[in-house]
Amino acid sequence: MSTDTQERTSPGRSNSVIKDGGEFDTSDTIIQLRDLNIHYGSFHAVADVSLDVPRNRITAFIGPSGCGKSTVLRCINRMNDLVPSARVDGSIVYSGVEINTPKVDPVEVRRRIGMVFQKPNPFPKSIYENVAWGAKINGYRGDMDEHVERCLRQAALWDEVKDKLKESGMALSGGQQQRLCIARALATEPDVILLDEPASALDPISTLKIEELLRELEANYTIVIVTHNMQQAARVSDQTVFYSLNERRQGVLVESGTTAKIFTNPDDQRTEDYITGRFG
Amino acid sequence: MTVRDIPASESGGRPPLDLSGSRNRSVSETAIGVILFLFAAFSVVTTIGIVVILLYEAALFFQDIALPKFLFGNTWTALFQDPEFGVLPLVRGTLMTTLIALFVAVPLGLMSAIYLSEYASPRMRSYLKPSLELLAGVPTIVYGYFALTFITPQLLQPLFPGVFQPLNAASAGIAMGIMILPMMASLSEDALRGVPNSLREAAYGLGATKLETSVRVVLPAAVSGIIAAFILSMSRAVGETMIVALASGARPANGWSPVEGMQTMTGYIMQVFTGDVVYGSVQFRSLYAVGLLLFLMTLAMNILSQWVARRFRKDYQ
Repeated sequence: MSTDTQERTSPGRSNSVIKDGGEFDTSDTIIQLRDLNIHYGSFHAVADVSLDVPRNRITAFIGPSGCGKSTVLRCINRMNDLVPSARVDGSIVYSGVEINTPKVDPVEVRRRIGMVFQKPNPFPKSIYENVAWGAKINGYRGDMDEHVERCLRQAALWDEVKDKLKESGMALSGGQQQRLCIARALATEPDVILLDEPASALDPISTLKIEELLRELEANYTIVIVTHNMQQAARVSDQTVFYSLNERRQGVLVESGTTAKIFTNPDDQRTEDYITGRFG
Repeated sequence: MTVRDIPASESGGRPPLDLSGSRNRSVSETAIGVILFLFAAFSVVTTIGIVVILLYEAALFFQDIALPKFLFGNTWTALFQDPEFGVLPLVRGTLMTTLIALFVAVPLGLMSAIYLSEYASPRMRSYLKPSLELLAGVPTIVYGYFALTFITPQLLQPLFPGVFQPLNAASAGIAMGIMILPMMASLSEDALRGVPNSLREAAYGLGATKLETSVRVVLPAAVSGIIAAFILSMSRAVGETMIVALASGARPANGWSPVEGMQTMTGYIMQVFTGDVVYGSVQFRSLYAVGLLLFLMTLAMNILSQWVARRFRKDYQ
């Protein structure tokens, strides 16, 4: 199993790893994308994306609809393998290992890089089973009751569900369901959690809860979140990555940097136009 | 035409629009409605008619034979000199052949369904599903003949020498299992495909393998639809006549041995109709009693399957 769990200890929220130019220190990168090109059949959806994701930080992907931000996210844990027509070229290095190769089993990747989806999708099982399931199939050996409680606490859901663990996960409200999905993802003890617009189907209060939760999880996990909500990106993320479409309708990475820099002093005119609402 | 073509002076004093439509049209629409209703009512009236006749003739039968004696009697010698009408041997024959059929159809059908829904490429499925459904188009008399001339003498008797009689419940059950296999597989596949893709993604996202996803997430999520498929397949097997009449023989069974012939409820009805029973005799009326029981059994199963299928839909609200 994972050999670098001891590195999960938080570096704290010091700014020392952030260099003056609005870039992150590349020595503490957990995921590196290099020259990523994604095709669906003959459609070239994403072109030449290169990106470093810093460890134990929150990285937000923003950009207009259809610019490939979700597509890039789904490459990071090889979810695009499930789309028969998808082809991913380029390099994805996770903890020093190239994972975009047939030699790497996507199941092993997904056990370390968990995912939370746009629409809450709890299993039609009990709340307890929803959390325990992922741990069980990953061969978790330990006190499962304790583990489930810990994950639900981390997902800020324990107090709301502790008396009804045997009830169906589908009976919860949308916001609770999404936190259950986060707890479920935490239960497999991943290093990285990918979130694909996790709050887009939720009301503002539930959204706020999810955002607070992400800030707490950051100490122990690396988080990459796709959001169409710029305020959300500004509120929760340390690094922001702006995607857009080029003139051939391909998704491209325009600019990445610290969230403060992207939102106050972007280098690229397109980023500025998007941030200020003149486009998108 | 553009707005500018209308002079400003006219636009104020236009006559009111007549939207009442043609009188002919409303009359013909009503007539068509009535005609369609009559056609729709036809099948309902037919069903009611069948039930009424079943009930009437069965009631006449139960004037001669007490209901408990019919339901719980263990001897069926309806066509003998001194007839006894205990229906249990026929029910046993029906249950035995149906159970054997389900034993064949449920595992095969489920595995086919999981393959088609979760593993097969779209191309593969586009070939396999229609060919599987072709099996449903084979006339049941052919299955019966197949059981009689192939399953028993070429398969069962060589495999277990001296065990199987020429007419036996096992061969009929196996043939019936193959007959209901397309139904089981096709309906189960529909249920599996009805499971939202988001659940599969959730499972894969947790590092589940394809097998874990299919068997431990998709299958349980589709379980109500699969139970409905199971019950419908079972009621199809319970009502099947030709296969059991040909391959399982006409001897009401005393025990539960599938290597011997076992007459089923449907088999008995067919035997009597092809024989020379006097109209209005108690033997003749026993058909209706057996038929009524059969009808109630399949009706109960259909209601059960609909109830289960409704629960299934509720789960995904």
